Amino acid sequence: MLSRKRMGALMGKEFTQIGRDSSTFLIGIILPLLLIILIGSGLSLDVKQLPIAIVLEDDSPLARDAVSFVNESDYFEPHYVPSMAAAEQLMDRRTIEAIVRVPADFATQVGRGHAEVQAILYGANATTAASARSYLSAGLASWQADYSARHAGAATGTRGGVTVVTRQWFNDANTSTYLFIPGLIVIVLTLVGVFLTALVMAREWERGTLESLFVTPAQSLEIIIAKIIPYSCIAGIGFTLCVLTAIYGYDVPLLGSIPVLALALGIYIIVAVCMGLTISAVVRSQFLACQMALFIGLLPTVMLSGFIFDLHSVPAVVNIIGHVMPATYYMELIKTLFLAGDNPYLAVRNTCVLAGYAVVFLLLSLRLTRKKLD
Amino acid sequence: MKLYSDIYGVTDEVRRQRIPELLAMTGLAPFTERLAGRLSGGMKQKLGLACTLTRMPSLLLLDEPSVGVDPLSRRELWAIIKKVVAQEHMTVLVSTGYMEDAEACDKVCVIDHGRVLAEGTPTELLRYAEHTCYRTAVPEGIQPRVLQAALMDDRENVLDAVPEGIEVRFNLRRGRTPDALTARQFFPQLAPYPVPARLEDSFMYLLHQAAGSEDGGQEYAPLPSLPASCEGRNRIGTAGAAPVAEHGDIDIEVHDLVRRFGNFTAVNETSFAVHHGEVFGLLGPNGAGKTTTFRMLCGLLPATSGQLLVAGKNLRTAPSDARRHIGYVAQKFSLYSMLSVRENLEFFGGAYGLSRRELADRIPEILEEFALTDRQDALAGSLPLGYKQRLSMAAALLHRPRILFLDEATSGIDPIARRGFWRRITSLAAAGTTVVITTHFMEEANYCDRIMIQDQGRMIAIGTPAEVMRQGHAQQMNEAFINIVEAGRAADDYDPFAVKKKEGSGDAEP
Repeated sequence: MLSRKRMGALMGKEFTQIGRDSSTFLIGIILPLLLIILIGSGLSLDVKQLPIAIVLEDDSPLARDAVSFVNESDYFEPHYVPSMAAAEQLMDRRTIEAIVRVPADFATQVGRGHAEVQAILYGANATTAASARSYLSAGLASWQADYSARHAGAATGTRGGVTVVTRQWFNDANTSTYLFIPGLIVIVLTLVGVFLTALVMAREWERGTLESLFVTPAQSLEIIIAKIIPYSCIAGIGFTLCVLTAIYGYDVPLLGSIPVLALALGIYIIVAVCMGLTISAVVRSQFLACQMALFIGLLPTVMLSGFIFDLHSVPAVVNIIGHVMPATYYMELIKTLFLAGDNPYLAVRNTCVLAGYAVVFLLLSLRLTRKKLD
Repeated sequence: MKLYSDIYGVTDEVRRQRIPELLAMTGLAPFTERLAGRLSGGMKQKLGLACTLTRMPSLLLLDEPSVGVDPLSRRELWAIIKKVVAQEHMTVLVSTGYMEDAEACDKVCVIDHGRVLAEGTPTELLRYAEHTCYRTAVPEGIQPRVLQAALMDDRENVLDAVPEGIEVRFNLRRGRTPDALTARQFFPQLAPYPVPARLEDSFMYLLHQAAGSEDGGQEYAPLPSLPASCEGRNRIGTAGAAPVAEHGDIDIEVHDLVRRFGNFTAVNETSFAVHHGEVFGLLGPNGAGKTTTFRMLCGLLPATSGQLLVAGKNLRTAPSDARRHIGYVAQKFSLYSMLSVRENLEFFGGAYGLSRRELADRIPEILEEFALTDRQDALAGSLPLGYKQRLSMAAALLHRPRILFLDEATSGIDPIARRGFWRRITSLAAAGTTVVITTHFMEEANYCDRIMIQDQGRMIAIGTPAEVMRQGHAQQMNEAFINIVEAGRAADDYDPFAVKKKEGSGDAEP
């Protein structure tokens, strides 16, 4: 029989401790906000204000016009240098990320109908290089289109083969942030749920306070529930802040229904908190709990749940591992809810899977907490 | 040892000779292959010493080398120190809280709160307490701790008192005579006789003089009509497991208790019973199994086999209601540091199921009883050790348990606070609480009604302190303990690790 009096005492203590311990507040509230703001604004595959060098070996107005798109662009910060050598020097000093070289016979080439502009990219930063390349080719393509239009009648028409990239890249600069935010919320939830709970519970093991509790009439289930509820509240606050930031700060649309989101959230939080309790019952030290929470809770959630890499495109083994983790199901659901809207089949399936995990981890943490007394 | 000798730059030649020597001296020779982490506390301490001695430094600094080390290991440690001092003309500086350690030194310096209170040879220091020390036999039918408490309460005349077997030893304040003792009103038959001072007497005298007692103004629960509260003594038998029920209720009953960890037997076929209102002490060298026994009694550890009843229930399997009857004070401070004194009490009261109204009555009462009222809003983590210890006890007693378990409750607190602690135990026992306590201060066994000595998982002695001292052929508990443990080990070569211990194997190759 669970006793209301004891539960009240246990939870009251937990809230007092949370109120007093700045680290709980830090991990539970500040860190999620910081993460969502930092990653939200930084974690975008778009590159802006990219420093590049422009080498105009052909100084003709035509050549200048061809690369003029970099001047007004938000995406580039052009440095006009006189020679290739000077540009290479800048590249070596890592002042610039790319060199655009317009060859001496550019105007002639354009006249012949096939012109080449050389782009030298710093390949070590693969993502940046790739973005720079697409921007440059897109920029050139758009110039070419303009040029062809202006010289529509000219015989040297539009045979130039520059890859055409959609203008989406430019206009929808926030696309990737947009996709990341719902996933980021899952990461934050996992962080708060698993990490914080594991840490707090491990502290109780470490300091022997849990042992003091075990000799009281308080039962393991009461102790566990008294941990789950307060930390679920913290995670709930973190989640709400993140959702608000997503909707109002990053204009992410919430296309799905809020009750479904809340239900799935509640279940996922219990999963995360119980995972934290399980970890701490196994290792019983704050340091190890911290590491385990990182390796079991956070890193796989970031890497394997479909947050960064789409699980359809990873090797089968990784896909299977990803689907062992509860975070994957929540990730899938929340992304759909935010960006695609309600999907009853997915909602029911994933919520059920998550509920299953919640039961498994609750029982596991209960059993391990009891058993660890040996 | 090899690592340390390399660090100290000891030549191979010296090392080949010294390491076997040190191994033999420390008795570690049979354990050369065992991982240091798996040695017992006493052996670890000896290994630490041996590593330092690979170089034979000219100055050896030892910081509380005997904390948590049982008397037997402590004596061995000192034998090693004395031997190297004599052989190598080494200077040794030891910090310690144990009087036996201090008595073994050539020169002693008493420090309190950063000030030197006195210094000199142990003999010179005796002068502080000379002509103040007395002993008196305890009148028939009362426990030594009750007389000790009565003497301690007589603050005007008495500076310090400790029970010793069937006698009580006490120090008068300067200028007082034994005739003026208040205790004589209760016990007219008291016949104190003067005894020579000991280092501890001087030490207590200096401490009291320097600090004024932290516990100074504390009023303890009065002992209810002294002689009448003492029926306990005559119901105590020697037979551990034998039923003694006709004299009172049995609170704890243990039959053939066994606990194994893997193939290591921590507690082997132990049987005993503790009666209601008794103070029962568990003593033993490090790794003897006393903590394991204790944890099984509290329900923190399941037994491998055997029967175990506490307040009529097995706490391990009993419903949580049964646990309402016990209080538990862990060895290290294990309350919530981030909560204030009052919040901790409120929390544990709630965990024991006390209602808000009960708590409102009980908390001021217990704060008063444990002299915590003035610190009730301080965070528990910020308290000095003595306060923490009192808070732990207060939290364990909030729900008025029938049985109180105390694990090494007095380790790490100063002697004056320790007296206060035992004074409270005496009051609790007088009020009918059963107390089970483990301690490594052998002299504290004298406060108990009965004690049990364990070694290597077996119960090797049980009885009143006086009976145990008789069994150990000694006047002092320390000595009795050592004799009993050594006799027990010599009797057979039982070893929980099934490794032969006493044999100095020849393979002491470093």
